[in-house]
Amino acid sequence: MSRFLVIGIVVAACLVLLVPLAGSQYLTTHVTRILVYAIFAVSLDLLVGFCGLVSLGHAAFFGIAAYATALLADKVGVTNVLISLPFSILCATGTALVIGLLTLRTAGIYFIMATLALAEMLYFLVHDNDFFGGSDGILVLSRFYLGSTSIDVSDPVIRYCVVVTVTVAVLVGLAFLVRSPFGRTLQGIKSNERRMRALGYNIARYKLACFVIGGALAGLAGHLYLLLTSLADPSILDWIHSAQVLMMVILGGLGTLVGPMVGAFVFVELIDQMSVLTEHWKLAVGIVVVVATLFGRGGIAGVAGRTRAWGVGAKRPIT
Amino acid sequence: MENVGSERVDLLSARSHAISYRAVAVMEISTFLIQVLNGIQFGMLLFLIASGLTLTFGVMGIINLAHGAFFMIGAYLVFQFTRHWGWPLPLAFSSAVAAVVVIGSVVERSVLAPLVGRDHLDQVLVTYGLILIFDELAVVFWGKDVQPAAIPSLLRGSLQFGDIFVYPVYRLALTVAGLLCALGLYLLVAKTRLGMIVRAGSYDRGMVSALGINVDPVFALVFGLGAALAALAGILAAPILSVSPGMGDKIIIIAFVVVVIGGIGSIKGAFVGALLVGLLDSFGKVLFPSVSSLLIYALMAFILVWRPSGLFGKAT
Repeated sequence: MSRFLVIGIVVAACLVLLVPLAGSQYLTTHVTRILVYAIFAVSLDLLVGFCGLVSLGHAAFFGIAAYATALLADKVGVTNVLISLPFSILCATGTALVIGLLTLRTAGIYFIMATLALAEMLYFLVHDNDFFGGSDGILVLSRFYLGSTSIDVSDPVIRYCVVVTVTVAVLVGLAFLVRSPFGRTLQGIKSNERRMRALGYNIARYKLACFVIGGALAGLAGHLYLLLTSLADPSILDWIHSAQVLMMVILGGLGTLVGPMVGAFVFVELIDQMSVLTEHWKLAVGIVVVVATLFGRGGIAGVAGRTRAWGVGAKRPIT
Repeated sequence: MENVGSERVDLLSARSHAISYRAVAVMEISTFLIQVLNGIQFGMLLFLIASGLTLTFGVMGIINLAHGAFFMIGAYLVFQFTRHWGWPLPLAFSSAVAAVVVIGSVVERSVLAPLVGRDHLDQVLVTYGLILIFDELAVVFWGKDVQPAAIPSLLRGSLQFGDIFVYPVYRLALTVAGLLCALGLYLLVAKTRLGMIVRAGSYDRGMVSALGINVDPVFALVFGLGAALAALAGILAAPILSVSPGMGDKIIIIAFVVVVIGGIGSIKGAFVGALLVGLLDSFGKVLFPSVSSLLIYALMAFILVWRPSGLFGKAT
């Protein structure tokens, strides 16, 4: 890990810790939101950036977990995060297992389309059934708590602390994962699947494991998202949502852990700032997406890496 | 951010308000026939969109999520020409299709051609960006409201088939137009020199190029043709679906399901897939109303398990 990256992470960590002290509830909620999307983006990067599985249905797992949490709170009255968190992640993991088993039989463009279509199927499932609140979704009115009712997770600052802790845990966990033999195998599959098969690896099993872990982490993000918004509506299962998170990953830098987090930050900010400036912010975001993808290879992490490489005078391969 | 796609009209449920029947214990012959016609009609609509998608992928190797934009622009332009400028229908139709071909060619040359040979991921993102741009441009020009589109006076009313059932003339005309396009496209792909290049291109692009065929004009031509067909579909569907920004975003996913079922790059596959999906959707609405919109995706999942490259796709 380079010195620049370490300094960057330390500075970012200090800033993140200072946020609640600023006393602005808006700022705290806003940063919480960015962190939730950072977890979501990094969970997708595990698939796309480390294993080469371009999924356009990743919002399915995020959405399923959000809906599971909302349903548990709304229908059963369980608002203890210690119960609803494992439950929602379990739902997301199960969904990822089924979708993974079906879609991983295909490759390339078929895989993109198959993940997209199966996620769209879940969209219609919740959209067309009153049990899931139809097109209005489910609004949870009660507050969430952690373990005992004295820890109120719906309080912005406490929620912020929970989300920061989870984000750090996910990052550390993934940093170990991608350096483990398992993570190395995934990266090997991405760079040359045939070679890994020839070496005797069971490719299908590794891909499925990666897909399910990514789905579980997306479910974690979905759960936190519900704690944040208290609303699960069909638009979080929409394929547009999947495309957005994919854009965060690309914008930040594929195959890195910090990149997608930066991408989430940039993308959320981009949309927020643009929507303040103009009613037609989608136009601006669309142009940024097209230009960034056409010209910004390697995302922000990649461009930063190239710039640094020019400065030092030595070109390093960008991963 | 979660509200990006929310102000979208639900295509599937809006689609057949005109002829929707509740589940019946024993399906009567008239209901059956109407559902068959509805299914073929929706299938033909899907085929017009899916054929462009599958050709673009087969020949250029590009996955174009923004193909639905051509569907939408076609519908909006006819609305603009007839409603605001008072042009006669044939002129409005042909100008709209021509305009979409021009727009499509500009998009192809400026944004998509540089993507040939690049990662599918980049293609997905660029064309997703294009969707945002086109949808928002539609809002800029025509606003967010759903615009009604009138059925041409010549095609209003219904036809009586003996004592059995009544069917709207317009929907029948739509079905016939779709079938004619399918026939035309089949002849083009199966019988002409261009079709031969297209088929060869979807089999092995590099080899076609190596044999001395300049692929650039072929790319442009095929893309223009696909855009024209999508625009035609949008124009024809406008009176049934109503015109709104984002009207292409949902139907494009179903068109992708059609392409995946049929096998990417195969026109025959797109045709069979479109009919299958159209009929399944139409009968699903009558027989299993609560899960009808899931059925086509379940069909796709089933077919992918059975044949991972679609019904007529080349095995990978």
